[in-house]
Amino acid sequence: MTKRFSFGQLVLLVVTLALAVIWLAPLAWAVATSLKPEAETTKIPLEWFGSEITFDAYALVLGTGGIVKWAINSTVTALVVTFMTVLFSAMAAYGFARTQFRGQRALLGLVLAGIMVPPQVLIAPLFAEMVSFGLVDTWWAIILPQVAAPLIVYILFKFFQDVPAELEQAAFVDGAGRWRVFFQIVLPLSRPVLGAVSIFTFINTWNNFLWPFLVSTDPNTMTLPVGLANVVQGTFGLRYAQIMASVVLAGLPLLVVFVLFQRQIIRGVAHTGLAGQ
Amino acid sequence: MTTTVAAPVTAAPVTKAKVRRGWTQHGLLFVAPFLIVYAVFLIWPTLLGLQMSFSSVNIAGGNDRFVGFDNYAEAFSDPRMWRSLWNTLVFTVLSTIPLVFLGLVFALLVHNLRFMQWLWRLSFFGPFLLPSAVVSLLWLQMIYPPDFGLLNGTLGTDILWLGDPSVAMWSVVLTTVWWTVGFNFLLYLAALQSIPQHLYEAAAIDGATAWDKLRSITLPLLRRTTALIVVLQLVASLKVFDQIYLMTGGGPEDSTRPIIEYAYDVGFTGYRIGYASAVSYILFVLIVIVSLAQLRLFRKREEVTS
Repeated sequence: MTKRFSFGQLVLLVVTLALAVIWLAPLAWAVATSLKPEAETTKIPLEWFGSEITFDAYALVLGTGGIVKWAINSTVTALVVTFMTVLFSAMAAYGFARTQFRGQRALLGLVLAGIMVPPQVLIAPLFAEMVSFGLVDTWWAIILPQVAAPLIVYILFKFFQDVPAELEQAAFVDGAGRWRVFFQIVLPLSRPVLGAVSIFTFINTWNNFLWPFLVSTDPNTMTLPVGLANVVQGTFGLRYAQIMASVVLAGLPLLVVFVLFQRQIIRGVAHTGLAGQ
Repeated sequence: MTTTVAAPVTAAPVTKAKVRRGWTQHGLLFVAPFLIVYAVFLIWPTLLGLQMSFSSVNIAGGNDRFVGFDNYAEAFSDPRMWRSLWNTLVFTVLSTIPLVFLGLVFALLVHNLRFMQWLWRLSFFGPFLLPSAVVSLLWLQMIYPPDFGLLNGTLGTDILWLGDPSVAMWSVVLTTVWWTVGFNFLLYLAALQSIPQHLYEAAAIDGATAWDKLRSITLPLLRRTTALIVVLQLVASLKVFDQIYLMTGGGPEDSTRPIIEYAYDVGFTGYRIGYASAVSYILFVLIVIVSLAQLRLFRKREEVTS
């Protein structure tokens, strides 16, 4: 493959550019609509730009809606889920990969089998369980089921198996205990893979809808996707500029994070997605 | 997998016996926090769901009687269950084909363009980062409306994208492809980057054209990735709920209602949580079959790489 700009490259560029324009159009349309005066949002034939650019819709959404509160709820729950998932999964993966105990093989088999269980088919029993625990409408109801992620244990298990044993043994000889070795040698060594699964977990949790939707009925505990779903059901009436302002505000945080940390996010998603490789 | 578990142990130092005793206690402590959460929030609900699918329990926990296979018998003679199962399978087939194909096409294009990579990646992967509610609101409110929506307005058509029972499923698929193709695109992109460059250089010396290289190097080497992506996509599509529930609510005339939404309907708005469990477990069996194919795929891959 040459780096020279050839006719082939030009064709590639035109095709890719056309596809990119199509793929960005819905987002651009959301932004365009959110910046129009409300009266001009449903004009036929459609126009991309209104008579003026106004941020009224954003001011109204930020001033009256629960969107800021929902965004905070989403951020907090996603961070807690990510932290607990990565910590617990890393500990478990280390226990399975680098130590020995009775029943280890059976327990590992149980964890691996869980990869096949889709949480979506467990909504009825899980909800019944939350009712009996009295956890409905709390953050713990949203958080705890998402921490039970056997796929993450499997990915880290495979990684820890390949960490050279000499590194640990040198530390043991120096008198370090298991926990110190784990926290001060193994975890720092695993930073790239931990970053990858953290990013993957955070995105999934931030965007998760069905489960948080079932266990939060109180607008104060709702996450962003659940709060917006209530908007779908008519809180804003037919104020399209405001609805699109909500769409932009809710979609923006992760897109900005993506632009800033593109390399890490791509590696995180691809690594975790291709876990079998 | 099982052969490599023992590897670190055999390499243990002189104080083997002593260290190993220590390992025994610690090992359990390391796995305990995860196992407790896992047992309470995954294993137990799985068993509870199975038990509930054989009972007439309602959402308040009342009327909890063992009814044997009654729920399953009812499900298999319930036209709405069959309709939602059929919708789920139709959605899975209709969405998997373009999601895998376009993911590959986008990745090939972007991989071969050596500039503005960040822009292409943002364009094709960006939508994947949006919550389902954001995607659904955008398409429902500003893209699909027949009168002022972006699609009819741009194409000059007059289609009832979400209102016509013969069109709605295609619209749901279109939104899903736009939203999630970025994931497969990234997986393909990562796979493309791992193909050794010297293969192409050798082919170039032999006078191979770009088309030759694509056909006889790139595509054959992507076969395993494709198998993996297809299985991941099948499982993801079988679990569809969010965008359909939010955009069409399962309508018009039940033409888009997927099976998870049907389980949700009978369990959470009809309060028959036992019957909902039975409906869920029908899907569960389907997904386990596909996942077992995935596990076999992983195992084959390990044999090849190790």
